[in-house]
Amino acid sequence: MRYDSLLDAVGGTPLVGLPTMSPSPDVRLWAKLEDRNPTGSVKDRVALAMIANAEKEGRLRPGCTILEPTSGNTGISLAMVAKLRGYRLVCVLPENTSEERRQLLRMWGAEIVSSPAAGGSNEAVRVAKRIAAEHPDWVMLYQYGNPANADAHRDSTGPELLADLPEITHVVAGLGTTGTLMGLGRFFREHKPEVRIVAAEPRYGELVYGLRNLDEGFVPELYDDSLIDARFSVGPRDAVRRVRELLDAEGIFAGISTGAILHAALAQAARAVEAKVRADIAFVVADGGWKYLSTGAYEGTIDEAEQRLEGHLWA
Amino acid sequence: MAIEVRVPTILRTYTGGEKAVTAQGGTLAQLIDDVDASNPGVKERLVDESGIRRFINVYVNDEDVRFTGGLETAVSDGDTVVILPAVAGG
Repeated sequence: MRYDSLLDAVGGTPLVGLPTMSPSPDVRLWAKLEDRNPTGSVKDRVALAMIANAEKEGRLRPGCTILEPTSGNTGISLAMVAKLRGYRLVCVLPENTSEERRQLLRMWGAEIVSSPAAGGSNEAVRVAKRIAAEHPDWVMLYQYGNPANADAHRDSTGPELLADLPEITHVVAGLGTTGTLMGLGRFFREHKPEVRIVAAEPRYGELVYGLRNLDEGFVPELYDDSLIDARFSVGPRDAVRRVRELLDAEGIFAGISTGAILHAALAQAARAVEAKVRADIAFVVADGGWKYLSTGAYEGTIDEAEQRLEGHLWA
Repeated sequence: MAIEVRVPTILRTYTGGEKAVTAQGGTLAQLIDDVDASNPGVKERLVDESGIRRFINVYVNDEDVRFTGGLETAVSDGDTVVILPAVAGG
């Protein structure tokens, strides 16, 4: 495949079958390899769409500063696009994210403002909103409420899945900003409404849920629960176990959040087997495992890995 | 046998600091009433007139009850119920 530039190479990722982990010829699992995007994650689609949209609306002009709260992947993707399009990027990143993410952000030229570990991404959002108020000329793309985030998946990921797997019955993806699932939900509700849209949400250690009061809770503005059919909370133990199985059985080296997504996909597969119905279940491999090697998730026993991830924002 | 209910840090003032309590009921609503009977005040933090509060998520065996019948979701002995505040990802 030939492209005019790196930005033209975003999307169009492979859909790969899981011949070993699929329970039967009638109930099959398919991995959408979003780690094949230019910076190695599904967020390249989102970053490109949000920046292109802001340019179209005239909110971004060359030389502008972009500000974004992010636990990593969105920031890395924005840094790459911002570099190529001539913007400065300031990311607000929770302290408890992997060192690889920080190094990658710096490599692509982003400036990092750290937000406290307690409260996780909620706190990063709060800090970013405060900084935005102090710098009214900066442009916060705000992935949690920017429709271009969801639209990127409605317009590209969804059509790619349906074209590669017309018999698709389920889509399973991670729930963070909710953008992936909102976009896929909108696409399939319109084009193949019987497809079940399933969310896998990472369940972190207690530190991340350490809000001072419940009013500090956060539901992304993009979220519309009518666009999904089921939502599962998956802890680090199941995520690590599944991400290792994926490598052992199928040779796919994915990030930890993909383990959580696969766990939810396998639950859907088990239900289909039990109900004796056909199923073609596609799930999103959000990124590769490279950025998480330092967390220790891929070495030692599951118990050890689970302990090491305590307090980490691993998705 | 009973149903284990895991309580987030922010609600442990109602459970004497306990991370988990056990309770009984055939539906989530009955279960929450039972938890509230021994830990008064919990229910008010979890539920309002419209159902489960906006910034609270409740999972039965890891599945979000908003997609399984809400407060009328059936629960039975051996189930695990997890209560968490809604937080951002991404």
